Amino acid sequence: MSVRTITIDDQHVSVEEGSSVLDAAKAAGITIPTLCHMDGVYDTGACRMCLVEVEGIPKLLPACSTIVAEGWVIHTQSERLKKYRRITLELLFAERNHVCAACVANGHCELQTMAYSQGMDHVRYDYCYPKWEMDLTHPLFGMDHNRCILCARCVRTCWHIEGAGTKNVAGRGGRAHIITDMNEDWGDSATCTWCGKCVQSCPTGALFQIGATAGEMTRDPGRLNDIITARRKKQWNV
Amino acid sequence: MTLNELKEIKEAELAARKKTTIRCCMAAGCTSQGSGDLLKNLKAAVKEAGAEDQIEVRGVGCMRLCCQGPLAQADPEGPLYEKLEPSDAKAIVTAALDGSIAKLQTGDPTQPFFAKQFSVVLGNSGEIDPERIESYIAADGYMALRHALREMQPAEVVQEMMTSGLRGRGGGGYPTGLKWQTVSKARGDKKYIVCNADEGDPGAFMDRTVLESDPHAILEGMTLAAYAVGAEQGYIYVRAEYPLAIERLQKAIKQAKKAGLLGAQIMECPFNFSIDLRIGAGAFVCGEETALMASIEGKRGVPRPRPPFPAESGLWGCPTLINNVESFANVAPIIRNGAKWFADIGTEKSKGTKVFALAGKITNTGIVEVPMGTPLRQIVEEMGGGAPDGGTVKAVQTGGPSGGCIPADHLDTPVDYESLSALGSIMGSGGMIVMDETTNMVDVARFFMEFCRDESCGKCIPCRTGTVQMHHLLTKIIEKKATARDLELLEELCDMVKHTSLCGLGMTAPNPVLSTLRFFRNEYEELLQENPYAAPPVTTA
Ligand SMILES: Cc1cc2nc3c(=O)[nH]c(=O)nc-3n(C[C@H](O)[C@H](O)[C@H](O)COP(=O)(O)O)c2cc1C
Ligand code: SF4
Ligand code: SF4
Ligand code: FES
Repeated sequence: MSVRTITIDDQHVSVEEGSSVLDAAKAAGITIPTLCHMDGVYDTGACRMCLVEVEGIPKLLPACSTIVAEGWVIHTQSERLKKYRRITLELLFAERNHVCAACVANGHCELQTMAYSQGMDHVRYDYCYPKWEMDLTHPLFGMDHNRCILCARCVRTCWHIEGAGTKNVAGRGGRAHIITDMNEDWGDSATCTWCGKCVQSCPTGALFQIGATAGEMTRDPGRLNDIITARRKKQWNV
Repeated sequence: MTLNELKEIKEAELAARKKTTIRCCMAAGCTSQGSGDLLKNLKAAVKEAGAEDQIEVRGVGCMRLCCQGPLAQADPEGPLYEKLEPSDAKAIVTAALDGSIAKLQTGDPTQPFFAKQFSVVLGNSGEIDPERIESYIAADGYMALRHALREMQPAEVVQEMMTSGLRGRGGGGYPTGLKWQTVSKARGDKKYIVCNADEGDPGAFMDRTVLESDPHAILEGMTLAAYAVGAEQGYIYVRAEYPLAIERLQKAIKQAKKAGLLGAQIMECPFNFSIDLRIGAGAFVCGEETALMASIEGKRGVPRPRPPFPAESGLWGCPTLINNVESFANVAPIIRNGAKWFADIGTEKSKGTKVFALAGKITNTGIVEVPMGTPLRQIVEEMGGGAPDGGTVKAVQTGGPSGGCIPADHLDTPVDYESLSALGSIMGSGGMIVMDETTNMVDVARFFMEFCRDESCGKCIPCRTGTVQMHHLLTKIIEKKATARDLELLEELCDMVKHTSLCGLGMTAPNPVLSTLRFFRNEYEELLQENPYAAPPVTTA
């Protein structure tokens, strides 16, 4: 087995031949932000969050889908890269309707977490407010296109982990969207195995378990009772 | 097919030539205006006049001055008839018979538009009948292939391409010989040749012209490439919007197969090569090579990161040579006339000729082929006749949605790869759109941005949503709703989308904005408004 020795953010690391820049960074304990990358399925280089600079190469390279070469000197945290990452996130938040406060994934969302970690504290572009629908036809799972970032992790999971080939991408540009089979209701799908793997792969609140949403909405009237009782009995000093 | 058979076909063709030939344009520009009926009527008129032994009526490829079509010309030295109606046939034939000129609109075949052209790629265009292989063979067609198969080693063909200095005509300008060498050296049992005929730039129709006018030249170029790199299968990826090109390619492939010029044991040599057509479904991005190959494989046509480049891992993971139509059209002339002949045309770093499609606010709309290094002014003003109706040229747009606008005061720039890039534009595939002083450059930038927004494949974030936001900002500027802050945002986005997009579409989408900002920034600034929320100026008491 052959080894490649490289420098990432001033650290020297040796990795196996054929390792990606992302693998190498991991080995060096450096975190490169990713959205479309998912361990276990092939990389597509789609989200561009993981772009890094390599000295001597004019183009920025996606860490997830670039194989390291001997002697590379890589920078993953330059001000320029950080700026591009923040813009990428701003663009995503402006593109669809990411209303975190009303989202099933609030607090468990890779997009939201990424925005925090990359210091994206506001969006300078006008929001597009597109009209996307939800598909709630499946008995177990739901899809909310308003939250989708088109990372296609669900598609790759469905094809290459489950092997069902139910999920696909249709349409171009801003009209690109995830479809089920030949653009049918998820509930009508003859290929979906109900495995739910796509839901597990989704970084945002676009794919969710129907039960989970309802679960979050369980009411606890007891908490109201406490307040009402306390007020009635004038247990608080106001 | 043996050498003698090739020669026999050529001699028979030449022997069958009549005293007069009436060539009638049968490319898409003229046929869309009824030249098909004109051709029929011309043939009928010759028959009626009993002049079949004196006059040959030949449907030919593009005669270049598309704006004056339908076109027809009587040889030798007859006038060029313009704006013809099918009913004009009789008058043309009568005049041809008595050596006079019919009372129809005529153009001057010696005007600069024609006189300054230099044909390598379009040598047969407007001359031969693109639907007959014999007509191509009569113009020395397939002689280059014969020569290569019998007299040259594959490596020598590659070397000849390297020496010629030909660079890809699909936009990138990558040295063709180098690409061929990489594929020829790549390891793999199977290799493929792909001809990129997906021409999708708005206003561009060079490749269509070549395909409709000289389809066998493409087949011969691809076959030479296959021999050079060791491929047995080729594909021509042609857009569905070019039905006439598709029809002529299908005919040409059938004829070549029948003649033993495609298929097994080509020219009785131990060399097999087949070509199939693949029809594109109207996505601009499918002209990008990795998207194109995905589409040929039957997948969704979206680009993937390179490396690996197609030369190492292309169709179904095999080494694949992909070149543009015009690139392939140069191959047979190079092999036939020698690399040195080709390298003597053009400039130091840009060899040969380039075909341009002239469109927009220009008197002569049509196709020109000029040596590399020709000044833009010669193309636009002398050959193109400048802006129509006494207007003045304001700028020339080259390279379509990936290119830029060159202002009139830079018209003395020679067209070669380096000079155009230095001006922030690109050679591109050959679309040349002329603008006059009535054109607002912010509108132009928005037009191309709209194109990129709609044609983005949607895979990567910067291009998919960056183009939406850039288009929105441009619209705001045009509608006088933008402030200096919006212009800043636009410039920042241009930089970001250019450097982070996955494929060439996104990487070049900001170019029309950047280049108009570079030369016509005032037109943007004039539209900006005061920021209503700006802090009042600080006054000192
Ligand atoms: C968005 C996009 C569209 C393209 N469209 C075309 C096209 O229509 N025809 C073409 O030959 N090349 C096109 N290209 C360039 C091809 O990717 C490729 O570089 C070219 O076919 C290589 O051939 P060449 O070396 O002979 O120029 C396009 C590239 C991009 C990024
Ligand atoms: S549904 Fe989720 S996993 Fe699928 S593309 Fe959208 S965000 Fe990615
Ligand atoms: S740059 Fe545009 S066209 Fe190219 S992959 Fe990205 S979204 Fe698709
Ligand atoms: S994680 Fe590398 S491009 Fe998305």
